[in-house]
Amino acid sequence: MPTATATATTAYDIAASVTDPEMPMLTLEDLGVLRGVRESGGRVVVTITPTYSGCPAMATMRDDLVHKLTDAGYDARVEVALSPAWSSDWISERGRAALRAHGLSAPGRAPSADGPIALNLSPTRRRLTCPRCGSAQVELTSEFGATACKALYRCTACLEPFEHVKEI
Amino acid sequence: MSHSTPDPNAAAGNVYDGLLEHHDVAGDDSQWAFGTDFEDPLAGVDTTVPDDVDAHELATYCLMLGDDALVLSQRISEWCSNAPDLEEDIALANIALDLLGQARLLLARAAAADPSVVPTLPEGSPVPAEDALAFFRDAGQFRNLRITEVPNGDFAHVVVRTLLFATVRLSLFTRLAESRDPVLAAIAAKGVKELTYHRDYAGRWFLTLAQGTDESRRRLTAALAELWPLFGEPLSTHPVEAGVAAAGVGVDPAAVADEVDVVLEQVFAVSGVDRPGAAPLAGVQGRTGRDGLHTEALSRMLAEMQVVARAHPMGKW
Repeated sequence: MPTATATATTAYDIAASVTDPEMPMLTLEDLGVLRGVRESGGRVVVTITPTYSGCPAMATMRDDLVHKLTDAGYDARVEVALSPAWSSDWISERGRAALRAHGLSAPGRAPSADGPIALNLSPTRRRLTCPRCGSAQVELTSEFGATACKALYRCTACLEPFEHVKEI
Repeated sequence: MSHSTPDPNAAAGNVYDGLLEHHDVAGDDSQWAFGTDFEDPLAGVDTTVPDDVDAHELATYCLMLGDDALVLSQRISEWCSNAPDLEEDIALANIALDLLGQARLLLARAAAADPSVVPTLPEGSPVPAEDALAFFRDAGQFRNLRITEVPNGDFAHVVVRTLLFATVRLSLFTRLAESRDPVLAAIAAKGVKELTYHRDYAGRWFLTLAQGTDESRRRLTAALAELWPLFGEPLSTHPVEAGVAAAGVGVDPAAVADEVDVVLEQVFAVSGVDRPGAAPLAGVQGRTGRDGLHTEALSRMLAEMQVVARAHPMGKW
């Protein structure tokens, strides 16, 4: 019979191993959406936070968490934490390395919002390198990509398109 | 040894059974991509209304902000597969998705603050409160601004509408992030990050179309002239907005008018476009979108948006 602490640690390990349904090279922990795992009244309660308000992966994350924990014998429930709002700064170093290893460009520092946000009418400038060939000769195709969290780029050296996880 | 072809109708089971026996947890539905049940977007969030705040007024305010996002999300979604190129199609779909997410949270917040705003569904219906609000209210119960509901025009039209809407909403949400209602504050803080991208996107296209060809400029100024009369409403104060602003949970739109003006002036100046002079569209006997007074376009839009949900109030078909 594990102690409460050991159980919580194990439950955390299981929750932390669940991957993002849209970027499966990232665990929810590396993505920074896993906000906490606690035991409450014999149940495990996992708290996650959405990356974007309309992120359709939230339901899948919840289902995957409940499954993995149920398979391990836990009575699990998933709750939502809305505050503080998720920031791409929460993606771990290991997560950034995993993104690069899979051909995705990792986000730079998120802009800090203090007071009114300045309008930016020129294309967003980011110092990026192509995750495939390493060239800095890249250009922005669109600030919006196949999922809410990514922008589209192309490398003008190797001519391959790639995705960049946006700073928010 | 070879295997015979399985008979899908064999009494012993068929080749697809494997897909259905994930494991032995009762009610397990993991094989469905998004599950088959509904999830509460505010699960575990403390939705207690601050003591001295009028819960019905807070709920009504959340409906206003939620309906703005829901109705414009539906309008922008209509662009799906119709944008000038794939990148803009994806961009518009992303903006619509962000707004839909904001709408869902805001409608859920409205329902949690005051359950009496939620339409009654048949006993046992699994439809969650925010869906009941989205799909089971008539046009007269929607509190959205009329600028969000008018039909789409050309690409310049969606650029202008998104610019005007996102500029006001970004200013509102920046202040709303300090709301005394922690749920509304959290929804707004998240929304700020999204709306920043929306406003920049629309502002860049405004500039591009203004400085593009004679035709793109003509279309842009025509869209601006068409939408401008509807732009008085987003910056005028409704009594509910005044009430929640006084209570410290909401923001009076009139309070952000100057800030909005500065941003738009910046876009107009860089683009070389004159600010339109058209007077704001009047309400009917003083009633506007915030009071449930809408153009006839909203009813038609809702008919399409709600038809499936209304046909299946038990959430099954």
